[in-house]
Amino acid sequence: MIGRTRKIIMAAMLALGLAGEASAADAGNWGAVVAEAKGQTVYFNAWGGSENINAYIRWAGGEVKSRYGVDVVHVKLDDTAKAVATVVAEKAAGKSDGGAVDLVWINGENFAAMKREGLLFGPDWATKLPNWRYVDHETKPTVLKDFTIPTEGLESPWGGAKLVFFHDSARTAKAELPDSAAELLNWAEANPGRFSYPQPPDFTGTSFLKQVLIALIGDKAKLQKPVDEATFATDAAPLFAYLDKLTPLLWRQGKAYPQNYPDMKQKLADGELDIIFAFNPAEASSAIANGELPQTVRSFVFSGGTLGNTHFLAIPYNATAKAGALVLADFLLSPEAQLRKQDPRIWGDPTVLALAKLSAEDRSAFENLDLGIATLKPDELGPALDEPHPDWMTRIEAEWIRRYGAAN
Amino acid sequence: MGRPISKEHEIAARRLNANTLLALILGLPILAGIAGIILPAFGYMPALGGVRFTLRHFAELAGQPHILRSSLTGLAVGLATTCGAVAIVGTFLAGFAGTPIFSRVQHLVSPLLAVPHAAAAFALAFLVAPSGFLLRLVSPELTGFLRPPQWLLPNDPLALSMVAGLITKEVPFLFLIALAALPQLPLRQSRQLTAALGYGRLSGFLVSLWPALYRQIRLAVFAVLVYSVSVVDVAIILGPQLPATLPMRIAQWTADHELRARFLASAAALLQLGVVLAAVLIWLLIERLARLALAWLTYSGRRLRNDAVPRFISAFAITACAALIFLGIAVLGAWSVAGLWPFPRALPAELTLQTWLRTLSPLWPALLVTMALALLSAALALLCAILLLHRNGAADRGGDRPHHRLLYLPLLLPEISFVFGLQILIVSAGLKPAFWSVLAVHFLFVLPYVLLSLAAPWRELDPRFERVAAGLGKSQRQILLSVRLPLLSRACLTAFAVGFSVSISLYLPTLLIGAGRLTTIATEAVALSSGGDRRVIGVYALVQASLPFLAFLIASLAPQLLFRNRRAMRT
Amino acid sequence: MLEIAETRPLTLADVTIRLAERTLLAVSATVMPGEVLTIMGPSGSGKSALLAFAGGFLDPAFDAGGRLLIGKEDVTDVPANRRHAGILFQDPLLFPHLSVGGNIVFAMPPSIKGRMTRRALAEQALGEVGLAGFFDRDPETLSGGQKARVALQRVLVSAPHFLLLDEPFSKLDAALRQQTRELVFSRARAAGLPAILVTHDSADAEAAGGRVIEVGGEEKA
Repeated sequence: MIGRTRKIIMAAMLALGLAGEASAADAGNWGAVVAEAKGQTVYFNAWGGSENINAYIRWAGGEVKSRYGVDVVHVKLDDTAKAVATVVAEKAAGKSDGGAVDLVWINGENFAAMKREGLLFGPDWATKLPNWRYVDHETKPTVLKDFTIPTEGLESPWGGAKLVFFHDSARTAKAELPDSAAELLNWAEANPGRFSYPQPPDFTGTSFLKQVLIALIGDKAKLQKPVDEATFATDAAPLFAYLDKLTPLLWRQGKAYPQNYPDMKQKLADGELDIIFAFNPAEASSAIANGELPQTVRSFVFSGGTLGNTHFLAIPYNATAKAGALVLADFLLSPEAQLRKQDPRIWGDPTVLALAKLSAEDRSAFENLDLGIATLKPDELGPALDEPHPDWMTRIEAEWIRRYGAAN
Repeated sequence: MGRPISKEHEIAARRLNANTLLALILGLPILAGIAGIILPAFGYMPALGGVRFTLRHFAELAGQPHILRSSLTGLAVGLATTCGAVAIVGTFLAGFAGTPIFSRVQHLVSPLLAVPHAAAAFALAFLVAPSGFLLRLVSPELTGFLRPPQWLLPNDPLALSMVAGLITKEVPFLFLIALAALPQLPLRQSRQLTAALGYGRLSGFLVSLWPALYRQIRLAVFAVLVYSVSVVDVAIILGPQLPATLPMRIAQWTADHELRARFLASAAALLQLGVVLAAVLIWLLIERLARLALAWLTYSGRRLRNDAVPRFISAFAITACAALIFLGIAVLGAWSVAGLWPFPRALPAELTLQTWLRTLSPLWPALLVTMALALLSAALALLCAILLLHRNGAADRGGDRPHHRLLYLPLLLPEISFVFGLQILIVSAGLKPAFWSVLAVHFLFVLPYVLLSLAAPWRELDPRFERVAAGLGKSQRQILLSVRLPLLSRACLTAFAVGFSVSISLYLPTLLIGAGRLTTIATEAVALSSGGDRRVIGVYALVQASLPFLAFLIASLAPQLLFRNRRAMRT
Repeated sequence: MLEIAETRPLTLADVTIRLAERTLLAVSATVMPGEVLTIMGPSGSGKSALLAFAGGFLDPAFDAGGRLLIGKEDVTDVPANRRHAGILFQDPLLFPHLSVGGNIVFAMPPSIKGRMTRRALAEQALGEVGLAGFFDRDPETLSGGQKARVALQRVLVSAPHFLLLDEPFSKLDAALRQQTRELVFSRARAAGLPAILVTHDSADAEAAGGRVIEVGGEEKA
């Protein structure tokens, strides 16, 4: 039913000429795409901060090379916005083809910005990929709505993410762990200096702000829409009242913050922090396997739910190797690639596929994955809270910097 | 008589033109880069709908929280770093040049230039942080700490750790530049003379040699000033974060997901230009005051014989710079092979080669690109510097120095501002991001350092050598190739090594101009360092540091080997 | 034996050296082959500038008038490296990157062909001044007097048309100065070269035995 509606919308968009320029790479004609892709080089712009992920991308590149004759070059970014900046600069220079970025790992506000500026290849190609038939778009609404922005097939889902907290059971007993934002504040009062969050605009840090916002805001429906400037101050008041109380209890009394998640991980290992959090439920297990965290680290979530989202792959409107990018995006969506991706020894990123749609063989392979000692089972992960509209993130970030951006 | 002289003028004019042309070819991208930020700063950037000139973005900039504090912090960091580095290097040269301690410290400090800023900053952070190596050494035995204390270090709001980190890196740079200039000064004679007049070592050096030495290292001092006012990577690692310094915030804005932040970033880049200008003006004032103080000292006739304390402090400071970085690099090395390493253990609980094994294979292609860029850009820059200096020497003496100043522009502008403008220029010229465009930009950044490093020894070479050779009937080219260049071989090799290491550490230009397609050790290291994994940082920092280190090793050993039997060439 | 290309007189025709509109000196003289013309004067008198004018490397800060002739050939505008001016400075200025013999070979005209021939001639030239067997030595290991002799031979093997001597003995101690002076003048005479010596040491002028022109008198007064 949903699929049909989408098709109708797409047809309407095509009819209205929203499709943009006609392109040789039409995912609807897959045979032609594969033929055109052969011999192309795909510049895949993706965050390069984790060697596990880099190794996974190398593996995928090797597979696509041997199966389809497509070369993949991983352009390692420290911030996805750099790839967006490249496309912006190219557009500024009037370079509407032959762009430097072929495929980009993206979600949230970067996607919203590229979509708004018309920097994305379209129309809908994602739902025409052969492996789309396995995607769980029925029970995972974040596959079709990226931070409340409809994806409209302009990006293809790649993996899931959910906010999960970690602690060292050798230092912090399970019974003491907080189960909500309010309890976290109490815990920080009892353990001053042992909690912090990455300094916004780091996305893990702003995710924490959103988690608290969702828990404390009066009318949750407001978060699905852009910020209403008239009521923003009132809407966000509970969040900032909370942060005002929390800040002096943070690591270094809130005069400095960890830079990002790996920084927090290091600080958990060093004993500077006692509770940290990540956007990947398998992080703790893979860190233990890498000797970055002690064996005694465990995961926990809030029973009321934690933030969840999906991350995607998108193709810029001026990409050079669009066909190659389509082939790579499709391969990364295949059960084989998704299984490997969910393996905590390799990456540990939750799949976007619906197990029910897979063949019996693939399904049992997923079910038999050893998720690792510190990883919660899917049924222990608790409810997923939807991401607010990207507008909220921007406003809250700005307000955070205004309030807490200068230490005294 | 009129005819031949006009012919001479013609030749000089032709040389001047070639010179001007060269300066233009190199200067144009810089000017374009500046234009590339000025236009968006005033609202003009059609791709983002900015077609009308406006001051709105400056108003927006002024409305940014804590923008004044960010700007002032950067300014203060730059001035403090430059004062500190000049004071340490100057005092040490004055106190020890020509002594055995001097040559020992010289060998200790010179390799430090090879260590990229980011790696040095990490090294320092790994040492002094509450969970760092120094505290681990004495914990819990002396301190009783079982867990790291809540000290705000590094990233302290006063930016002291950032200044310390920058000084440890700028001291070797200034020291090496001064070292290249030192042989041209009548060191021994002045020392004997001032000692005979009863001056202390410091005051004797100051009144007799310092003004001439400072003149020779002055551009390098300004480069240090501008660099430390505008630095991004060291600020991220060691600098204050609440608020961050202005360059760091510009870097964040240029990468902002909100594309319109680019207007703001451009306005801020112009503001940064203003901050740099303010820093330069303040430094000129400091220079003037220092000159007055020195003149007063000279005319007062005071001998200041009791200078043991400042001499000791300078020797200690310069040794500490070296010791901190070497120890820090050792700690980076330890992290690269560490398994679990919890506080307060002084040594890793387990050792493993895992990090190296999984890092080396992706590192290899980046290493090749890095080497190719560094070798080619340093070689081209050296060639260009030699041609430029040769032409200048042949043309009217000192007649076209200002063009040289243009070449120093990349050092006197914040990287962050004009590279973004350059990126737009290169893309709009229809150039594909490729090895060659990145090489060209590397060349642009490398040339000033090479020129800076080579110009002083070039000008100071005894001109009579060339006159003797001319009298022996040798042509200009023969004199260049068989007299000047061999005599300056050490200076050339040093200049090459300087260029090589500059190329190795270039991050922002490589990333922006290469559109991220060209991965070098620097782009890989910074991408990974944003992941904060101390083990991987350890691997990359070691590799990145070892490359220029090798170049400097060759630069210092090659003359020893080449001129094994020529005593005068080995010092 | 070393060939001497030509021996022609050197003529300074109404040469004037000016600095910032002030005339430092004005000289007219012809120096015959084998003759040494001595220019004497205190420092700042422009005598070194005169030598630079003759050598073709006068600093543009100076203004020079007049002509320089070798025989009848006007070489005023000939670049330094085609004038064949053999120059000896206060310092021997041996090229430190070359061996002692390398310094000599470097100076030989390219018309002398063959590695072995050039080496043999260089060794012979060294032998003539008592430095046989010094070919492969590092110049830096030589004594002051030895260096001065190598510098002299280096100039002579280059087949110069005239010699310019810029106080070449002033840095030597008294005994050595005497000895070196005699050597330089006798060899210049033997080669039949016209030479200009600038000095402020009247003993140099006496030993040279030729005409003496005193410059910069007004400064003295």
